[in-house]
Amino acid sequence: MTRAATRPPDRPVPTRRTTELVLVLAAVLLAVFGYVEVGVDLDGTVPAGAAEYGSALGVLALLAHAVVRWRARYADPVLLPIAVLLNGIGLVVIYRLDRATSVPGAAPAQLLWSALGVALFVAVVLVVRDHRRLQRYAYLGALVALVLLVLPIFFPPVYGSRIWIVVGPLSFQPGEFAKILLAVFFAAYLAVHRDALALTGRRVWRLRLPRGRVLGPVLLIWAAFVGVLVLETDLGTSLLFFGLFVVLLYVATARTGWIAIGLVLAAAGAVTVGRLSPHVHSRVTDWLDPLGSIAAGKGANQIAQSLFAFAWGGELGTGLGNGHSALIGFAAKSDFILATIGEELGLTGLVAVFLLYALLISRGFRTGIALRDPFGRLLAIGLAAIVGLQVFVVAGGVLALIPLTGMTLPFVAQGGSSVVTNWIIVALLVRMSDIARRPAPGEA
Amino acid sequence: MARIRPRGNGPQGLPGISVTGRRAGTFCLLLIAALCVQATRVQVFEARRLDHNSANQRLTVERYSQPRGNILVGADTVTGSARTGGRYDYKRTYTDGPLYAAVTGFASQGYGNTQLEGIEDDLLTGADSRLAGWAVWDAVSRGQNPGGDVYTTLDRAAQEAAMRGLGSQKGAVAAIEPATGRILALASTPSYDPGSFAGSSSADQTAWNRLQSDADQPMLNRALRQTYPPGSTFKVVTAAAALASGVVTDVDAPTAAPYPYVLPGTTTPLVNDTTACDRPGLSLDTAMVSSCNSVLGYLGVQTGQDGVVAMAEGFGFNDARLDMPVRPARSNVDTTMDQSQVALSSIGQFDTAATPLVMAMVAAGIANNGTVMRPQLVDKLTRSDDTVVRRMKPAIYRQAITPEVAGQVQRLMTDVVDNGTGRGARIGGAVVGGKTGTAQHGVDNSGTPYAWFISWAKPAGSDAVPPVAVAVVIADSDATDVTGGALAAPIARSVMQAVLGR
Repeated sequence: MTRAATRPPDRPVPTRRTTELVLVLAAVLLAVFGYVEVGVDLDGTVPAGAAEYGSALGVLALLAHAVVRWRARYADPVLLPIAVLLNGIGLVVIYRLDRATSVPGAAPAQLLWSALGVALFVAVVLVVRDHRRLQRYAYLGALVALVLLVLPIFFPPVYGSRIWIVVGPLSFQPGEFAKILLAVFFAAYLAVHRDALALTGRRVWRLRLPRGRVLGPVLLIWAAFVGVLVLETDLGTSLLFFGLFVVLLYVATARTGWIAIGLVLAAAGAVTVGRLSPHVHSRVTDWLDPLGSIAAGKGANQIAQSLFAFAWGGELGTGLGNGHSALIGFAAKSDFILATIGEELGLTGLVAVFLLYALLISRGFRTGIALRDPFGRLLAIGLAAIVGLQVFVVAGGVLALIPLTGMTLPFVAQGGSSVVTNWIIVALLVRMSDIARRPAPGEA
Repeated sequence: MARIRPRGNGPQGLPGISVTGRRAGTFCLLLIAALCVQATRVQVFEARRLDHNSANQRLTVERYSQPRGNILVGADTVTGSARTGGRYDYKRTYTDGPLYAAVTGFASQGYGNTQLEGIEDDLLTGADSRLAGWAVWDAVSRGQNPGGDVYTTLDRAAQEAAMRGLGSQKGAVAAIEPATGRILALASTPSYDPGSFAGSSSADQTAWNRLQSDADQPMLNRALRQTYPPGSTFKVVTAAAALASGVVTDVDAPTAAPYPYVLPGTTTPLVNDTTACDRPGLSLDTAMVSSCNSVLGYLGVQTGQDGVVAMAEGFGFNDARLDMPVRPARSNVDTTMDQSQVALSSIGQFDTAATPLVMAMVAAGIANNGTVMRPQLVDKLTRSDDTVVRRMKPAIYRQAITPEVAGQVQRLMTDVVDNGTGRGARIGGAVVGGKTGTAQHGVDNSGTPYAWFISWAKPAGSDAVPPVAVAVVIADSDATDVTGGALAAPIARSVMQAVLGR
């Protein structure tokens, strides 16, 4: 039974492009309101930047929309507006934090990176006409990803982690790009080998272990990635790659045993790293007792400052511009940007942002389920899972739900590589959702 | 989109991607739900505890984010606020810091708040809920109310007279309006400038450290926070107790007081400062005019410990919560003594110790016909637009003695000023009542004596309650003649003159 048969043949599939346009404009308008609020609170007037940032965001959003309308007219109409809104919120909060910190200028840079992100979005939607072609480059992609990950080892560490490539004034986090390439590789490999992984191999107790020949390559590549990341003490990305691998393995093979093995491996890895690395050990200590350093007379650590910011916001927040999140320190615009959202927009605003992510993630999963080819299904699910896991890891970290690992909040946090990567992820999802919802030839 | 429910779509009857993908998606959404739960926990249930954590600077930043409300004397503000341009936007300034420091206290970014600045801090910072226009809207908008103002009861002229009179000596003055309990002057010397460390710069730190290490203790509030043996000024209390208990019925009649008076249970006679006292059977009036230790010690013992203690407590002794609203130190008179100790206490020695404030209450209670009014330093609290939040209402503290006894003690006190040791407080055209005190202290009385004077005054011919009662103590003077009459009485006189307008 196919979908086409259930639908009366005379009713065309709606494209929902006007819905998307209205949502995009609403997203831009919300961001403009944000700028105005910051300006009114800090200066008592509408800031000069409001018009510039607002129109820049508007132009970018409309450009992206136009390309979707032209080349992916059946795409899910919610994906692009959510990306615009999250990016807009990020720009407003970074602009606001620029006003409160000693090193301003992050907002213009972020706007520039957002423009590059939209440009890549446009490129991906235009160039990648059929996502299945990506399958061919899976191994090449994995190799490129590995090279990208290794590169920062030759650069000096920043705040304890070797995850940046610094060229002059530009800094760049290759791990961010690598995650897309890795998702493509996992999806491609698992799409081909899912039967073998699920069914063949020896049975040990209640688990069926696959043949080394099948599992070997993927495990090897995965181990290489995680090894490099551990060397660079990039915990967040290791966790993300690990989670992505386990999720896709389960989705492809439906073997719950994989999850059990994955969790055991993760626990063993976490304990080992926690023991060996003082950097990680201190983060676990801070997580277990965020206010411990205060009692010890060493002042508030970043997690404590972050919790103070969230608490100060309460249910409704102080309003943009009225918080004191500059107290958090150097990572207020990147890893801890969520604390400013919590402080100035309150629990209400914070949950709204979480719901935006939830919507984005669920649309990604839905695209995956609606597609017909295993590679596309796994890729869409993988990309959605990346967003979900990353939001959980970073937000859980700053909210002291899990140990802090240092990741960027997709679209919102300051950081060029992050914004650009997430625009590419949304572009791929838009492209795949177009194919998923497109009526079969001759149907429309 | 049609709901797809494939069975066994995956490898060999296992669930297909439609099913496993849905499960994985649900898992990701559960992660987001966990974030929402944790956010609620932090932002709602733990918010109060986190907001008040000592390492959280937000309350402090908020406190200095707008100009502080002002403290006023009469219609004049004696405080202000200045922009600093740091993390803390505003700091406190004082127009006449040292003059009013004993009343205002200080509001410092680095060292906290004291006195009125501390007690009324919520009102001054705008945090007080009484400042809210509409409480619900304020809670929602989280707008900060501008700070309210604190109007003191001080009389500028009296305060200036007190500070001028104390000059470079170590001492204190407390002046009260007897009928209402309004505090007219509260001075302590040496004083300090609370504005010198109001900010958080290194200069503020230096100023603070210098004040803290100063041997003269300029930041000690001698009018409220320091007790001194009251010496002979306590005889007013003893006289009132003797009259109230019926031990003495006529202030001019001879008493049974012997001379020499040997302290009961000892062989030590109670000595007098003047030979005028060295006779048996002196009247209470004569004993007060010459400040005879032997007579008042004897009368105290005759009245008994309970009578003397009860009388002292009627004026504010042994009360640790005499808030006005600033809390003074507890003035003490012992409640379990042998008879010789009662005799010594009755002349203000032994463990008897009083703040200048409480001794001013003694004078004010006598002047107000025995009714002691609760001392109050705040006239009214207002919002920044001058609408009143709270206005002071005079309140009776205790009815210490009957008006009849009060009248008799008033006569004793006017005689002291007219004919006795208190002549230094005489004011032309006014009726003045007073009592001197010179309290020995230190090992073998080696310290410079404390010179005391308590008094009240009213225009001659007036039947009204005297408008002013004063207590003065000089703790450490370079003068050769260290007596209450010589040192303290002139200061009391100038304060009373300031209030009387002469």
